[in-house]
Amino acid sequence: MGTLSLTLRIWRQDGPGEPGGFEVFGLDAVSTDLSLLEALDLLNERLIAAGDRPVGFEHDCREGICGSCGFLVNGQAQGPQRATSVCQLYLRQFRDGAVLTLEPFRARAFPVLQDLAVERSAFDRIIAAGGYCSTNIGSAPEANALLIGREQAAQAFDTAACIGCGACVASCRNASASLFVAAKLAHLGQLPQGQPERRHRARVMQAQMVSEGFGSCSSHLECEATCPKQVSADWISWMHRESWRRA
Amino acid sequence: MSPNPRLDPRLPEGPIATAWQRCRESLPLLSPNRKQGLRILVVGSGLAGASAAACLAEQGYRVQVLTYHDSPRRAHSVAAQGGINAARNYANDGDSVERLFRDTVKGGDFRAREAGCHRLAEISGSIIDQCVAQGVPFAREYGGTLANRSFGGALVSRTFYARGQTGQQLLYGAYQAMLRQVAAGRVELLCRRDMLDLIVHDGVARGVVCRHQLTGALEVLSADAVLLATGGYSNVFYLSTNALKSNATAIWQAHRRGACFANPCFTQIHPTCIPSGDLHQSKLTLMSESLRNDGRIWLPLRPGDDRPPAAIPAAERDYFLERQYPSYGNLVPRDLASRRARELCLEGRGVGPGGRSVYLDLAEAIARDGPEAIEARYGNLLEMYERITGDDPRTTPMRIYPAPHYTMGGLWVDYHLMSTVPGLFVLGEANFSEHGANRLGASALMQALADGYFIAPATVTGWLAERASGGPLPADHPACREALAAVGARLEALRRVGGSQPVDVFHRSLGHLMIDACGISRRPDRLTAAVDELEALREKFLQEVGIPQEDGLLDGELTKALRLEDFFGLADLMLRDALAREESCGAHFREDHQTPAGEAQRDDERFAHIAAWEHRPGATPIRHSEPLVFRSITPGPRSYG
Repeated sequence: MGTLSLTLRIWRQDGPGEPGGFEVFGLDAVSTDLSLLEALDLLNERLIAAGDRPVGFEHDCREGICGSCGFLVNGQAQGPQRATSVCQLYLRQFRDGAVLTLEPFRARAFPVLQDLAVERSAFDRIIAAGGYCSTNIGSAPEANALLIGREQAAQAFDTAACIGCGACVASCRNASASLFVAAKLAHLGQLPQGQPERRHRARVMQAQMVSEGFGSCSSHLECEATCPKQVSADWISWMHRESWRRA
Repeated sequence: MSPNPRLDPRLPEGPIATAWQRCRESLPLLSPNRKQGLRILVVGSGLAGASAAACLAEQGYRVQVLTYHDSPRRAHSVAAQGGINAARNYANDGDSVERLFRDTVKGGDFRAREAGCHRLAEISGSIIDQCVAQGVPFAREYGGTLANRSFGGALVSRTFYARGQTGQQLLYGAYQAMLRQVAAGRVELLCRRDMLDLIVHDGVARGVVCRHQLTGALEVLSADAVLLATGGYSNVFYLSTNALKSNATAIWQAHRRGACFANPCFTQIHPTCIPSGDLHQSKLTLMSESLRNDGRIWLPLRPGDDRPPAAIPAAERDYFLERQYPSYGNLVPRDLASRRARELCLEGRGVGPGGRSVYLDLAEAIARDGPEAIEARYGNLLEMYERITGDDPRTTPMRIYPAPHYTMGGLWVDYHLMSTVPGLFVLGEANFSEHGANRLGASALMQALADGYFIAPATVTGWLAERASGGPLPADHPACREALAAVGARLEALRRVGGSQPVDVFHRSLGHLMIDACGISRRPDRLTAAVDELEALREKFLQEVGIPQEDGLLDGELTKALRLEDFFGLADLMLRDALAREESCGAHFREDHQTPAGEAQRDDERFAHIAAWEHRPGATPIRHSEPLVFRSITPGPRSYG
C-alpha cells in the first residue's frame, strides 16, 4: 500500500449568492487506497478539530450509484477517470505531489449552495414534467404479456442507468441538460410501455429543461465523455428526431 | 418478560392462503372526497416510501414526503444490486407462492410470522407486473420474456433483475410514479429535512418535527397518519455497505415516543463485500451475491500460503462452502457464508492484507461461458471492483469479506404495518418485517415494494376510515410545542458540549465495539462487557465532541452528532437483545448455543417469539414478546447441507 502527498485547491463559498474563492490545503503521506472523498473526510476531520468549517460536498452511497456526489477536478466534471464518479476516484489515479483544483459544477440551473455543493432539484422538476409512464398502481397487466426483445431491453437499460449527477450539464459549454433529458426520453420511448405518451413526454420535458435555465445542445459531446454511466450522446440526436416526428 | 396489551399482531384467522384477501375485503373504505381532506406524511423516499406516497396520492390523499436527500432519487434503495424475488415460476422449475413462502420462513430461521411471509409471497408477482408497467427495464430472454436467475437460499430461479442495478431501476420506477403525483399536486416534496421527533397526541401519532439542513429551521408537520420508511441501521457498525447518511434517527425517536422496537439484534452481515483497508476508509462496498452463481469461493488449504492465487493448483485449494454444504454449495444463505469465512480467517487461513479476506473466483465461469457472457452478467460489478481495489477480477480472483448490510430488526408492526403507536405505520427495512432472523437475497426489494405499493395503501385507509379525523394539529398545539422544545433542547445540549473531537472519531469507535461484540458471532460475556464500554463511550462523546461554531450546511457536524447519539441508544438495545436471546437463530449466532458441527442451535421452547422492546425514559427498557405460532410449516433444523 503506497502513500502520496497532494495539494488541494478547493473552492470555498459560505452560502448561495455569496462571493467565493480558492483555499489551498496540503495532504501529506495519505494512502493511495483512499478515495478522493475519503481524502476530503480526512481534511474535514482536521478542520473540525481546529474549530473550522468543514468543506461542503455532496455524497452518500460512495459506490457511484446514488448520483449525490460530483464536482470539478482540474476542470473535469467527476474527475479524470473514464466512467467514474468522484466517489469512486481513488488516489492511486494521481501522481505524488499532484495539485488538484476542486470546484463546484458551474451552471445557472445549479446554484452553488456551499463550497463544492450545488442544488440540482431542477432535474426533479424535469422528471415531474413527464418522465414517467402514467399508469396507476394495481392496474398493471401480467408482466410477460408484454414481450420486449433482449437487445431492446438492454438499450433501454443503458439510458435508464443515468444517475442524475449533473456532470453532463457541468461539462457542457451551454450548460445543457440534453443528455439527462434524452436519457429519460430514450429509456421510456424505446419501450412499449412508454409509447402512449411518447410525443407529449418529449415536448414537455424539453420545455421544462429550457424553463429551468439549461442551454441547448451544440454537439460538443463533452457530456458523453464525462458521463459516469456512459450514456451515449447519440441519444441526443435521437431526442431531436423525436421532435421532428411530432411535426 | 411481560405481556404488552398493545402488542396485538392482529393476525387474520382461518386458512393462510386466503388470509390477505379476506383481510383486504374486510377493511373499511373511504370515499374519494374524504381522502382529499386527509393528509399523510411519509418519511423517507426509498422504495417503500416512494411507492407508498405514489399509491396513496393516486388514491386521492394529500401526501407530504420528507427526505434528508437533495432529491428523492438518492435514497439508498438505489444501491441494491442483485434483484427482486417473485414466485412466478417463469423458469418452470417448480416455483410457487407456497415455495417462496416456505423459503422465506425457513430462510428467516422460523422467527417471522407465517401470515406475513405468505402475504409477501402472494404479492410478489403483482410487484413485477407493476414495475414492468412503469417501464423498469428488467433483463429479458431472446424471445422477449422476463429473465430470471437464482440467488442464495433458494433452489429455483425466481430473481428478476436489471443488470447489477435492480434497486436503482425499481427506485426510479417508484420515484417517477411519485413525481407524477407531484406534478398532479397531490404530493409535496420536502427535501433536505431530518426527522428529529415524532409528535404524539392522546397516544396517536400526529406528525413530526424536522430540521431543514440548509436553514437549520425546525419545522412542525402534522398529518392524519405518519408512515416511516427510513431504512435500516447497519451504520451502527460505522463501516457497512449502507450509504454514509443512512441512519436510525427517525425510528429511534419514534421508539422513544412509544413504538416498540423488535428484534434489534437481528442484523445481517453480507458475505461478499470488498474488505476494509485504511483507517479512513468510509464504507464497505458490496459485491452482489449474484456473483456466487458463477463465482467459487475458496482459500488456500495451507495456512499462510502466500503464492498468487493462480499459482495455487486446484488440489491445494479449499472450496469450503462446496465442501461443507454439498447441495447448496456457494449459494448457502448469507449468514452461513459469512460465518464460515470469518472462522477460517480467524484460524489464520485468510488471504490479503491482515488475512482478512477469501477468494471469489470467476475463472471457471469465464472458461465455461466465455468472457462476454460474464461481462454481460456482471460487467458493472467487475468495473466497480477494479476501480476500488486496482485489481482486475477477470484475471485474478476477487478478495471479499463479510460486512454489515441489512437489519432485519426494526420497529414492531402488526399485520397492518402499524406500530404500537396508533397512526404510526412503518414500512420496508425500517420495520422488523418478514425476514425473521435472516433475510434471503433479493427479498428486501420485494418486501419494500409489497409494503409500499400494496399493503400500506390498504391498511392505512382501513385505519383512517375507522376514526374521525380531527384534521392536522395546529403548530401551536401543546403536543407540537412540547416536541419542538424537546428537539431544541437536544440541539442546544450538543452545541454546548464545546469539545474538539469530530463526530466520526466516536462513530468509528462505536463501530469497532459493535462489530466485535455484536457482529457475526456473539458471546454473553463480551456482550455484557460491551454494555458498559458503550456507556463509557457515550459519556466520552457527550463530553468531548465539538460542533464548530460555523458548521457545514450539508452533512454538518450537528446533523452527524444527532444521528450518532441515536445510534448509541440503539446500540445499547441491540446488545441487550443479543444477550436476552439465549439461542442462535439465523444471523444471530451465539457461541454458547451451537451444535457440535458448529451450526446455529435454535431454542424453540423458549425463543419462538418476537422480542419487542419498550422504551422507558431514564430506566432500562422492558422486553415484551409476541409468540410465533407455526401452523403451515413445522419448524425444523435450517439445513442447507
